[in-house]
Amino acid sequence: MSRVSALRLLVVGGFVVALEVLCRTGIISKLVLIAPSDMAIHLFRILMSRKADADILESLTNVVIAVLLSVIGGFAVGAAIHSFPRLRRAIDPFLASYYALPFFAFYPLFIVLFGLGRGAIVAIGVLFGIVAMIISTLTAFDRIPRVLVRTASIYRMGPIEAALRVKLPSAIPYLFTGFKLAIAYAFIGVIAAEFIMATSGLGYSISYAFNNFDNGTMYGLMLFVIVFVTAINAIFHIMERRLLRRWGR
Amino acid sequence: MTAAFRSDAVAALGDGGIPVHARMRGVTRIYGDPASGVRALAEIDLDLRRGEFYSVIGPSGCGKSTLLDVLAGLSRPTTGTIEFEARVLDGVPDGIGVVFQEDASFAWLTVSDNIAFGLRRAGVDPAEVARRLDYALRLMGLVDFAKSYPAQLSGGMRQRVCIARTLVMQPRMILLDEPFGALDAQTRLIMGDELLKVWRETGATVLLITHALDEAAMLSDRIGIMSARPGRIIEEVVTHWPRERDSRIAAEHSFGDVTTRLWSVLREESLKSVRQGGGV
Repeated sequence: MSRVSALRLLVVGGFVVALEVLCRTGIISKLVLIAPSDMAIHLFRILMSRKADADILESLTNVVIAVLLSVIGGFAVGAAIHSFPRLRRAIDPFLASYYALPFFAFYPLFIVLFGLGRGAIVAIGVLFGIVAMIISTLTAFDRIPRVLVRTASIYRMGPIEAALRVKLPSAIPYLFTGFKLAIAYAFIGVIAAEFIMATSGLGYSISYAFNNFDNGTMYGLMLFVIVFVTAINAIFHIMERRLLRRWGR
Repeated sequence: MTAAFRSDAVAALGDGGIPVHARMRGVTRIYGDPASGVRALAEIDLDLRRGEFYSVIGPSGCGKSTLLDVLAGLSRPTTGTIEFEARVLDGVPDGIGVVFQEDASFAWLTVSDNIAFGLRRAGVDPAEVARRLDYALRLMGLVDFAKSYPAQLSGGMRQRVCIARTLVMQPRMILLDEPFGALDAQTRLIMGDELLKVWRETGATVLLITHALDEAAMLSDRIGIMSARPGRIIEEVVTHWPRERDSRIAAEHSFGDVTTRLWSVLREESLKSVRQGGGV
C-alpha cells in the first residue's frame, strides 16, 4: 500500500473512530446520529432479512439505466458539440454553470412528462449525470493528439467511425472522470427523486424510515448507498490507473 | 553527382520515361483569407515518378508539411490541381499511406493490433492479415514485441510500428513527414536503412519530408529544395545512387558533393527564413 493510500485510510478511519466515540459517549445524541458500528449492524440485519432487496434492486436498476443514458448520451452529445467549435463556444457558459441550476425544483414537470414511476426518476438521474459526461467528453476530445485525428483521415474514416474507432479509445482515460462523476450524479439524482416521486426504492425507504423515526433503518440504508458508491468509484479508479499505466500516460 | 534545375515541361511520362505517379500543378495554399492570409505554398509544380524516392528539404516554416498535407488529400490547395494515378485528388485517395513525425501509434492496441488495424478494418481475410502482419513484424524487427503496448516501446520502435501499420496496407505511394525527427542520430541511420529496404521490397513511390540534408542525400533519388515561405521548389538535385544502397553511401566521395550542393542552395533560403522570423 502506498503512503498516500495509507494516509487516506488513516483519515477515513480516524473520522469513523471519532464519530464512534462521539456517539458512544453521548456527545452526539442517538436521535441525531447513531454510531457507525450500529449503522453497520443495522445494514447487516437489513441485508440478511432481505426486506430491502426489492428496494435496492429498484434503485440500482434506475441508477444503471440513468448511468447508461448519461454516459452514452453524454458522449454522443459531447462528440457532436466538439465537432462544431462555434456551437461549443456558445454552449460552454451554460455547461459551466449547469450544476448551479436548481432543476430538481422542476420535478412536477417530469411527472407530467413521464408520469409517476421509473421514467421521471431516471430522467432526473440523467439530468444530473449527463452534463458531467458531456463536459468530460469535450475535455477528453481536446486532449486527443491531432496526429491520431489525421491518421483517421488517412484511413478515410467518416466522422462517426473516427469518433468510435480512434477518438473514443484515445479519450477513454480522460472519459473515466466523466464516467465516475456520471455514476455519482446519477445516484444522487435517482435517490433524491425517489425521496419525493416514488413508492419504492432506496430513496423512498430512507425517506419512509426518516418519517417514522426509524434511525436504524435510515442510517443502515444510507451506509449502504455510501459504501456502494464508494466501492464502484474505487473499482473505476483502479481500472483507470491500470489503463493509464498500460498506455503510458 | 548531377544537379539539375527542374523542367516545367508537363508530360505523361516523367523525365527518363518513367510514368508520373503524382503530379502537382500550380498548387498554392493560403491559410485564412486568400487576400490577407498566410501564404504557405506558392505555385508548386512537382512530378513524382512511379517507384522513385523523392525528398523535400527546406528551411523551417517553408511549407514542407503543408506540401505533404495537400498531396495526401488532408488539406485542399487554395489553387492548382493535384493528380494521383492520373486522377484529380478530392480528399484522401486510396493507395496512399502517411507516416507522421509524431507518434501516431494507438496506445490502446498491442503492436500486432496496431499493425493489423487497417487490414481488419478493410475486412481483409484473416489468413492474409496474419501473413502481412508476420511480414511487417519481421521487416521492422518487432517480432519479439508483437504483444507489447506502444508505451512499452522506445520512440524509434513506436515509429517502426507506425511505418509497419502503413506498409501492411500496401500503399502505392508512401508519404513521410519527418518520421525520424524525434530520434537520435544512430537510430535515424538505422531507420533510414530500413526505409530503403522497405522501398526496394514494396516498389512504392516515396515522398520524404525532412530537414536533415544528409538524410535526404542518403535516401533519395531526387531531392527538391524549397524556398523560404511561401514555399516553392526552387531546385531539384538528382543523386544517381544505385537502387541497392544503404547508409554506407555516406562514405562515398560524391555524397559530400550532394550535401554541399544542397546546402549551397538551402543556406540562402535559411537566411531568408531567419530574416522572416521563421528560424532555421
